[in-house]
Amino acid sequence: MSRWLPFEWIAAIRFLREGRMQTLFIITGIAIGVGVIVFMSALLTGLQANFIKRVLTSQPQIQLIPLDQIARPLRNAPGVFENASVQRPSQRVISVDQWQKVRDRMQSMPEITAISPTMAGSALAIRGAASRAITISGIEPTSYFTIVRIPDYVVAGVPRLNSQDIIIGTELAKDLGATVNDKLNVQAATGTPVVLTVTAVLDLGNKAVNERNTYVALRTAQSLLGIIGGVTTVDLTVKDIYAAETLAKRIEGSNAVEADSWIATNAQFFTAVQAQKTSNTMIRLFVALSVAFGIAAVLVVSVIQRSKDIGILRAMGASRGQVLRVFLIQGGVLGFVGAIAGSVLGAGGLMYWHSAMRQADGSELFPLMLERDLFIATALLATATGLVAAMVPAIRAAKLDPVVAIRG
Amino acid sequence: MDDPVLRLDRICKAYNVGLPSETKVLHDVDLTLKRGEFLALMGPSGSGKSTLLNIIGLLDRPTSGHLFIKGQDTALLNDAALTRLRGHTIGFVFQDHHLISAFTAVENVLMPLLVDAEFAGPDIVQKANALMARVGLAKVADNRAMNMSGGQQQRVAIARALAMSPDLLLADEPTGNLDTQSAGGVFDLMREVNRESGTTILMVTHNLDLAKRCDRIVDVVDGRITA
Ligand SMILES: Nc1ncnc2c1ncn2[C@@H]1O[C@H](COP(=O)(O)OP(=O)(O)OP(=O)(O)O)[C@@H](O)[C@H]1O
Ligand SMILES: [Mg+2]
Repeated sequence: MSRWLPFEWIAAIRFLREGRMQTLFIITGIAIGVGVIVFMSALLTGLQANFIKRVLTSQPQIQLIPLDQIARPLRNAPGVFENASVQRPSQRVISVDQWQKVRDRMQSMPEITAISPTMAGSALAIRGAASRAITISGIEPTSYFTIVRIPDYVVAGVPRLNSQDIIIGTELAKDLGATVNDKLNVQAATGTPVVLTVTAVLDLGNKAVNERNTYVALRTAQSLLGIIGGVTTVDLTVKDIYAAETLAKRIEGSNAVEADSWIATNAQFFTAVQAQKTSNTMIRLFVALSVAFGIAAVLVVSVIQRSKDIGILRAMGASRGQVLRVFLIQGGVLGFVGAIAGSVLGAGGLMYWHSAMRQADGSELFPLMLERDLFIATALLATATGLVAAMVPAIRAAKLDPVVAIRG
Repeated sequence: MDDPVLRLDRICKAYNVGLPSETKVLHDVDLTLKRGEFLALMGPSGSGKSTLLNIIGLLDRPTSGHLFIKGQDTALLNDAALTRLRGHTIGFVFQDHHLISAFTAVENVLMPLLVDAEFAGPDIVQKANALMARVGLAKVADNRAMNMSGGQQQRVAIARALAMSPDLLLADEPTGNLDTQSAGGVFDLMREVNRESGTTILMVTHNLDLAKRCDRIVDVVDGRITA
């Protein structure tokens, strides 16, 4: 026995150990509640981190695109304009105005880590009798690959892009029966049709994307889409991804472009995360409440069962304060031990789920994020809950009249 | 220190005061216990012996009258001070041993030492073991209290009552639940403690043979001392 412990601790632990069943059941109950919290919280952080990782490695954080084409009535022209109905013009594929200048300006901004001009448009890929609609992205491989890690997704071939080359997705390759070194006819509504050689096949982890996305050299796309020297977007990556939105606003202010940050584009994601967080908080609250009531119920019964022991302790010289603490400690210990067991349970469940649930390609569905802070916070919260829950029973125990308690 | 260990001055006790069920249990009880005395308290069932013992033991307060412990008037003390005085000067042995079943025998003995920060220290374990040896239970010190015989349990209770080296040992029918032989053994132990340590003892008993072996017998009848 731990004789160096203060009396309150020894008594509390002995009482818990003697009430084996009660102790075991309540700890199991707490553990399940805590386990759910740990599981849900870690999953949420994991999914969030996964998304951020994708933002960091597979998409530009700011995209510069041409301003909307707006039809404007000539207000300064002679004559009277009444009820002029202004129709929105159809949006042709047009280039970012003076994109080289824009790029130079971006290069002088220290917040921006990579700049890559892209010419994107729709085309038709034809091979023999098969044809498919595709999205052509004309890129400068060196700069583009720092923004989107194309080489990481290659499943066949090498990600080389000379003027006659094209990189396609797995689904398109399947649909056209094409593989590395095969030739495709590519043709757009405007511009010149070209014959391109498949240099690499990609798996971007999404069927629709694997069907449509293709990559060619910037010049190839420009001639194919008939906009010589132009680009449709300038893609940027930035130092601080959370500052992307303010930076985008600044860029819009000083350039004739529209700047879309990943934050604005993924507004839905942030709403979803916020909703998740709110519901997570609610779950925490209710789990904490039921844990509190469970602990209180067990301790109230324990005080009644032990009223004789309490009377004896008082007769032996234990003060009201000491009796109070004996029961407070029991509450705290129940909460703490339950939290430890629950953390193990939650972490175990998470690890199992992490290994059992895989994406189609065998990669993880969510990263395993077991943060120490989560466990510390959970243990503290559960211990505090236990202490608060023990308050009423402990006060009851402290108020017991020793004579009545001993008489039984 | 010529003050008697205990002096009762016209102690009265009534239960349910002010209610129709008000019952007067003790009437003007006067009693003085000299240091080192071993007194037997006798009387019919319901005469108020346990009530008196609880008042002397500071577990209960009298309705009126004064209780002096080593010359100190306890009427003036608050609950915390009473608890302290109780812990330091009074040891209890109850009829139903009242050991705490969650603890081992020696832990029960240790308990009064542990609750008092002044006594808590590494040597209290030795003290508890020495007490177990003194009551002849060194071998079973680490047994659970409930796995012991009635006589053994009562010896543990005496060892526990002696842990704080109390001036006054109060025993409420300590042999009431024991067979004659065990009862004799437990009484001998108390007699020995009284002789060797000079502990003042007040023992309630229905056993006239044992009472006769005490220094003095006091009878309580209907809440009054008659002898
Ligand atoms: N809490 C209480 N409320 C009301 N009456 C009580 C209470 N406690 C004791 N009594 C009454 O006081 C009287 C004395 O009781 P007490 O226990 O002191 O007797 P006793 O002499 O110890 O008897 P016994 O020899 O049976 O132990 C009894 O009539 C009992 O019913
Ligand atoms: Mg009695």
